[in-house]
Amino acid sequence: MKQLLQSEPVSFSKIYALGAARGDMVVTNDDVAGPIDSSDEWIRQRTGIATRRRATQDQSLMDMSVSASNEAINKAGIDPAEIDAVILATISFPYQTPSGASLLSELVGAKGAASYDISAACAGYCYGIAQADSLVRSGTAKYVLVVGAEKLSDFIEPTDRSISFLLGDGAGAAIVGPSDHPGISKTIWGADGANWDKVGMTDSLLDFRDGKAAWPTLVQEGQSVFRWAVWEMAKVAKEALEASGLQAEDLSALVTHQANERIIDELAKQLKLPENVVVARDVVDTGNTSAASIPLAMHRILNEGLVKPGGYALEIGFGAGLAYAAQVVELP
Amino acid sequence: MALTEAEVLAGLAELVNDETGISADAVQMDKSFTDDLDIDSISMMTIVVNAEDKFGVKIPDEEVKNLITVADAVNFISSNQG
Repeated sequence: MKQLLQSEPVSFSKIYALGAARGDMVVTNDDVAGPIDSSDEWIRQRTGIATRRRATQDQSLMDMSVSASNEAINKAGIDPAEIDAVILATISFPYQTPSGASLLSELVGAKGAASYDISAACAGYCYGIAQADSLVRSGTAKYVLVVGAEKLSDFIEPTDRSISFLLGDGAGAAIVGPSDHPGISKTIWGADGANWDKVGMTDSLLDFRDGKAAWPTLVQEGQSVFRWAVWEMAKVAKEALEASGLQAEDLSALVTHQANERIIDELAKQLKLPENVVVARDVVDTGNTSAASIPLAMHRILNEGLVKPGGYALEIGFGAGLAYAAQVVELP
Repeated sequence: MALTEAEVLAGLAELVNDETGISADAVQMDKSFTDDLDIDSISMMTIVVNAEDKFGVKIPDEEVKNLITVADAVNFISSNQG
C-alpha cells in the first residue's frame, strides 16, 4: 500500500515585515464629546485618548488593507505571488460573504492564495499570527499575509458612552514566513463564551432587517471588560512569556491591544516589567482600532526607533468573544 | 479572625488613596464613590480587585454597581469575609 504524503514541515517562522495604514481624518475629543455630554479632559482622563484616526467616507477598509499590505510586502522583499495564504482579521468588513481576504489577495498580487477572514475582534491579529505560524511551520504555506483591519466608524453610535468614542479606523499587515531561528513563540489563546455578551453589537442584523432595532453598533460593559482585560489578561501574558522561554527582562516591548490607555497602564503594572521595556501607546492618537491595533502599534514603535529589529515583543490581543491570544515575536 | 468594620474602612481608605491619591481621611462611611469622591468606573474596579486581595473576599461584577457609598463596600466586605 502506498504511503500518504504530508507537507514538509519547516522548523521556524518569523514576521518578515509590517505595514500600516490609518484613517485619513484626525478626530479630536471635542469632535466626539458633545453627543456624550463629555469633554476633552474627561475623555483624556478616563481613556488616555487625545485623538483618534477615522477613515473618510470614501476610504474603505479594503483601501487601508491594501495600503498596509503593500508596505509589508515591499519591506519583506518578497514576490506577492509567493504568498500562499491571506488571513484578514476583521469585524467590520461590510459583507457577510465573500471574504475580504479573497479580494485583498487579488488586489495585492497574491493571486490564487488561500484566503479567509477571521472574526476574533481585538484578538484577531494575534489569532492570525498563530495561524500563520502554524501554516508556515507545517509547510502548508511559504508566506502568509496577516492583516488586521477595521473601519469601526461604520458601527458606532455617537451618543454611546461605552465604547464608540474610543474607536478608530486602520489596518496593520504582517508577512510571516520560514526562518532559520525561532521568531514566533507558542500562542496562548482562547475564548470565554460565558461572557459572550460583554462586548459586541447592540442588536442582530435580523432585528435590523425586521425593523425591530436600529443599525447595530458596538457596545460594551466597560467595567467588567476592564477587570477581565487587566487581571485575566495579565495571567495570559505571563503564561505566554513563560511558554516563550524568555523572562520579562528579555523583552524589548509590550504591545497590547490598544483598547484604552488605562488598561495598558494597569496591565503593564501587573506584569511588573523592567523600565527599559517599551510599552506601546498608539491608542493615544489613533484610538482603538480593534484587530488593527497591535500591528499599528508595533509598526509605530519600530518606525520611531523606540525598539530595534531583532528584539522581542510580547503581543496580546483581547476583546469581544471574549477572545484572547498572546505570543512573543521577534520584531521585524 | 474577621476584621472589624473600622479596620475594613481603614483598609479600604488605604486602597482608595493608593489608586486615586484621595486622602484616606476623606473616605468616610457616608461618602458616595462617584458623587463625593469623584472616583471613575475604572478606578473603582481597580479598588474592587485590590480589595478582593486585601480582604480575601469575592466581589462579583454585578455586585460592584450596588456599591454606591463607602458604607455599602464596608458592609459587603465585612459580611463576606472568610
